[in-house]
Amino acid sequence: MISAPDVVAFTKEEEYEEEPYNEPALPEEYSVPLFPFASQGANPWSKLSGAKFSRDFILISEFSEQVGPQPLLTIPNDTKVFGTFDLNYFSLRIMSVDYQASFVGHPPGSAYPKLNFVEDSKVVLGDSKEGAFAYVHHLTLYDLEARGFVRPFCMAYISADQHKIMQQFQELSAEFSRASECLKTGNRKAFAGELEKKLKDLDYTRTVLHTETEIQKKANDKGFYSSQAIEKANELASVEKSIIEHQDLLKQIRSYPHRKLKGRDLCPGEMEHIQDQASQASTTSNPDESADTDLYTCRPAYTPKLIKAKSTKCFDKKLKTLEELCDTEYFTQTLAQLSHIEHMFRGDLCYLLTSQIDRALLKQQHITNFLFEDFVEVDDRMVEKQESIPSKPSQDRPPSRSLEECPIPKVLISVGSYKSSVESVLIKMEQELGDEEYKEVEVTELSSFDPQENLDYLGTDMKGSISSGESIEVLGTEKSTSVLSKSDSQASLTVPLSPQVVRSKAVSHRTISEDSIEVLSTCPSEALIPDDFKASYPSAINEEESYPDGNEGAIHFQASISPPELGETEEGSVENTLSQIDSSCCIGKDSDGQLVPPSTPAHTHPDEDGVVSSPPQRHRQKDQGFHVDFSMENANPSSRDNSCEGFPAYELDPSHLLASRDISKTSLDNYSDTTSYVSSVASTSSDRIPSAYPAGLSSDRHKKRAGQNALKFIRQYPFAHPAIYSLLSGRTLVVLGEDEAVVRKLVTALAIFVPSYGCYAKPVKHWASSPLHIMDFQKWKLIGLQRVASPAGAGTLHALSRYSRYTSILDLDNKTLRCPLYRGTLVPRLADHRTQIKRGSTYYLHVQSMLTQLCSKAFLYTFCHHLHLPTHDKETEELVASRQASFLKLTLGLVHEDVRVVQYLAELLKLHYMRESPGTSHPMLRFDYVPSFLYKI
Amino acid sequence: MLRWLIGGGREPQGLAEKSPLQTIGEEQTQNPYTELLVLKAHHDIVRFLVQLDDYRFASAGDDGIVVVWNAQTGEKLLELNGHTQKITAIITFPSLESFEEKNQLILTASADRTVIVWDGDTARQVQRISCFQSTVKCLTVLQRLDVWLSGGNDLCVWNRKLDLLCKTSHLSDTGISALVEIPKNCVVAAVGKELIIFRLVAPTEGSLEWDILEVKHLLDHQDNILSLMNVNDLSFVTGSHIGELIIWDALDWTVQAYERNFWDPSPQLDTQQEIKLCQKLNDISIHHFTCDEENVFAAVGRGLYVYNLQMKRVIACQKTAHDSNVLHIAKLPNRQLISCSEDGSVRIWELREKQQLAAEPVPTGFFNMWGFGRVNKQASQPVKKQQENATSCSLELIGDLIGHSSSVEMFLYFEDHGLVTCSADHLIILWKNGERESGLRSLRLFQKLEENGDLYLAV
Repeated sequence: MISAPDVVAFTKEEEYEEEPYNEPALPEEYSVPLFPFASQGANPWSKLSGAKFSRDFILISEFSEQVGPQPLLTIPNDTKVFGTFDLNYFSLRIMSVDYQASFVGHPPGSAYPKLNFVEDSKVVLGDSKEGAFAYVHHLTLYDLEARGFVRPFCMAYISADQHKIMQQFQELSAEFSRASECLKTGNRKAFAGELEKKLKDLDYTRTVLHTETEIQKKANDKGFYSSQAIEKANELASVEKSIIEHQDLLKQIRSYPHRKLKGRDLCPGEMEHIQDQASQASTTSNPDESADTDLYTCRPAYTPKLIKAKSTKCFDKKLKTLEELCDTEYFTQTLAQLSHIEHMFRGDLCYLLTSQIDRALLKQQHITNFLFEDFVEVDDRMVEKQESIPSKPSQDRPPSRSLEECPIPKVLISVGSYKSSVESVLIKMEQELGDEEYKEVEVTELSSFDPQENLDYLGTDMKGSISSGESIEVLGTEKSTSVLSKSDSQASLTVPLSPQVVRSKAVSHRTISEDSIEVLSTCPSEALIPDDFKASYPSAINEEESYPDGNEGAIHFQASISPPELGETEEGSVENTLSQIDSSCCIGKDSDGQLVPPSTPAHTHPDEDGVVSSPPQRHRQKDQGFHVDFSMENANPSSRDNSCEGFPAYELDPSHLLASRDISKTSLDNYSDTTSYVSSVASTSSDRIPSAYPAGLSSDRHKKRAGQNALKFIRQYPFAHPAIYSLLSGRTLVVLGEDEAVVRKLVTALAIFVPSYGCYAKPVKHWASSPLHIMDFQKWKLIGLQRVASPAGAGTLHALSRYSRYTSILDLDNKTLRCPLYRGTLVPRLADHRTQIKRGSTYYLHVQSMLTQLCSKAFLYTFCHHLHLPTHDKETEELVASRQASFLKLTLGLVHEDVRVVQYLAELLKLHYMRESPGTSHPMLRFDYVPSFLYKI
Repeated sequence: MLRWLIGGGREPQGLAEKSPLQTIGEEQTQNPYTELLVLKAHHDIVRFLVQLDDYRFASAGDDGIVVVWNAQTGEKLLELNGHTQKITAIITFPSLESFEEKNQLILTASADRTVIVWDGDTARQVQRISCFQSTVKCLTVLQRLDVWLSGGNDLCVWNRKLDLLCKTSHLSDTGISALVEIPKNCVVAAVGKELIIFRLVAPTEGSLEWDILEVKHLLDHQDNILSLMNVNDLSFVTGSHIGELIIWDALDWTVQAYERNFWDPSPQLDTQQEIKLCQKLNDISIHHFTCDEENVFAAVGRGLYVYNLQMKRVIACQKTAHDSNVLHIAKLPNRQLISCSEDGSVRIWELREKQQLAAEPVPTGFFNMWGFGRVNKQASQPVKKQQENATSCSLELIGDLIGHSSSVEMFLYFEDHGLVTCSADHLIILWKNGERESGLRSLRLFQKLEENGDLYLAV
């Protein structure tokens, strides 16, 4: 059960009624429950009240074959973070829900051990006793010395906020997949190297044994063999066998499909390898081999060792560390990615959601958003723009068009209905199908369901779900989301042999135990194909061919943004599906699943009790499922994925907006080739490793500081308005001062008013000490300039006065401002020195919203056709100009100098919009011949 | 302390009172250039700009490279590398209609004693001539004869295929400083103080050889001739270091008019001012001419003079148009004159008819404040008075362009794209009419929208 603190924000306290209450009581339905921990000074949004750790962290654990589940490391690696939280216990918990049939060894019907390229599984589980909820990402790494050659690991994102895990599932899954992919790539490399060394050892051993046998033979010519000789011969034979086995293993690891690699986000190192291969492939006659050897060649300088005949499977030997298992380079990369994840999901869920919505909305305003938004986000947008080129027409219409699909309300609904789902987390295992699908409804917050209805479902389900008194619940897994969407889109619900049914059945049978874990559904990481099925494909790739998991999310998102794109998107997804069918047609069941026409829409029937009352067809499926389940030992995880791909995107939930960040990544992967340019773009957009960006450039702290300082400036200087006007109208503002820190601080604060040229950093130079040049005014719109008292400074001042027509000069030391007159009404609203806003971050948001309004005005002005073109041939330019003026004044309500601001922004918009066409990299410097005035305090 | 902040102009206000330099405030309503684009490709002084066609121009300078630009977008189109030393002359050789090879040729002469012929469209080096004894200082194309001439210490005649047709003997060590074509197959070359007329003999039935003959020496100038230019078909004009302006008849090579009034030492000036004036002696050298049908405009020292051909006198002048020597001037179609100077500024002037009735014109705004009238008021010279009576027009400053940080060597005016200036600060600046550019951008924006099919989607 979920313990009280988890749902406390939504519950009403009993004591509330008894409190003295003087005011006329509000009607019951309007009253807001008090936050029970308010007396302790806790933040009402803090979900951590019940948890033993202070904030979210990432835990990497291993199921060690020697000591069992054990935590390896946490990110951030700081004991303060997890506090008294029992990592060992939690490791045990999370490792015990690994449903991967990570069976490696000698499968029946196969002479040699088989490596299985297992897809990671992604599970959400909660431990309400500990107050911890986790997204758990299981993966296996190969280790020659490990049992079955595999070492199961898991990475868990642990948070006290269950909603966060659930709502951010897609993002978490995508990000962790990337980290996992990195680890696994490094591991494959290391494993191949290890195998080669081992082969050399074995080869050497064989040679030694061979010579020894020969010597013995020669020494012993009696005609019969001594027991010693027989032993030697046996040993030799076992070495031979071992060599063959290892060679086979090596072949298998090398057969890891490269096309799969290409589809993924590659680690840079890997990318190079691929490129190397490509270049080699063109030169060598046998590209595959050369590529493979290139990829996995181990260092040549290795001296083989003699291997003892007795297998050393002793338990005191030291297992390799994670770093040894993977290449160090890949390991550090993974750590960077993980700490990036930790950064990314830091903070309250509300905050994350809001910023995601914010970002998604910003993306829609791709024509204007570059002006005042931080460029990290703009960066994302750039990528998106790139990929959205084919679907241009729909993208380029005014944003009002797509605003009606604004996803906010839906998200709100889902949050609302989420509450109930939390309460109904436990579901009886017998209800596999119904529950599973129902659960999926919850996970994806399908808004096509009426919330009320939803609650009804919940009610019915609740009946069956009271049973477990234990504290770990698996709340959902990744693949379940897609299943849901599919089941909802009837057209594509084609799978009579629905593998996920099979899966969940199998899993529940396997994992339902006396232990406290309840599994609702899991990732189909095991395949459904019996191994003998695969035996006919010796180099079988036992890994699913599917695209990265974020895929569905991305498509949903696009669909939800603008339906006109659907054709495009759908096509893409269909293409994907087709290509997958192509590539995986050897796996019979896959195509089966795709091709069988839908007989019955397997709609979710929430009233179904799940025990017996399934419709006949489903019953049959189940049976078959059982059958398959029992008959298989090893599994191919791909089939379900493929069958899921074909669903029409438009039926999906806009709340997948949450997956918006993935869109750039996944769609890029899907649509683009693997040129390094694209991949670099992808990596900048998605691998936002913190260090890659100037720290704090867009961080909240930065915003807060900037807002605070801007507020201070506005309050301190009565001439703040003309200064801000200068910035908004594109006239370079030079902040002149002796003290670098003071100048920098003010420049950073004022930078929030500076419109950007494009997707790059704002045209702000924080500190300059050499005389300014005309180029500087073209490049920078806000400059912090050092005032030098010495004669050397004379040049600086001379240049400044020479170019005075291009600049406004704010002299911090003398508290003067020299700039053109401003009489508009826009800036006073933007920067009111009597504003009630106290906090920097609030002011920052105020500025942002004002500027967004301004942007929309500029947008209207720029894209109003009749304002810029003559309506008929005889119309003079003067008429057009007067029309523009009256539009600016009457329609947009701009007076005096405000017009110039909008005109400047309009020029930037034009330039930005046309930048694809050949032009200069630098924008031109626009200026006016207007007199300047000197303002003093 | 804060004077630099307060003072709008370059000169502190106290000084401006004394100096006759006309300044204009920051409010320049008639100045159309409200947009600029800095082009950077050279790494030494940029001395030459030459127009290739409606939208392209080439720049060349002391770094020995020639860059071809798009005047509309400021895009760098080509870079021509070949010279090892500074470029001394550049000229375009327009292709003939009949000629098969349509490509425009660019000829460049350099201090490395070579002339290179470039294909202006592909940046290909068509040919390189390196048989010169001296640096070629001027190039001229006689399109009628389809030959070109190079002037250094001697004068050579080449045809389009770069065959040397004929050459003169060694003329002087200083070499030819300027060369223009005049009627009757003649060219006039300025060599030191003298002008030499050469006649080109094209092959006829009689002789197949080209020849060049020295026809006449004109020795009227007292000092080195700095500028030489055709006024029209009938006359050409020369200017010398000490401010002699002579207009010559192009047919019989006689002096039509002679003007030496640019500098009048006034007897009233005290010794201190005398010294100043002595320093200013080089201020009256005539650096450049431009002309239209009626007037010859001369850049004399720091000033600008307008010499009327019919009245044969100076009708308007601006004695200190710039802080420093004026290097290049050009007349725009709309009665505007643009000048650039060593002081790094470009100024736009308008030639206005002086209203004879207004004896004491009321200064309107900035323009007349430090204008001509005031200067004359101060100097109550009979000579001056006379001159004032003589001038019937005035040059009014309507705007200045400040961007370069060093001497502006030359500029080029494009009717459609604005003004291009090049400077010793290695930069080229493209000055544009901001309003027009904004309109053009809107036009392109809607064109692009239309191309994308977005314009009429709502219908």
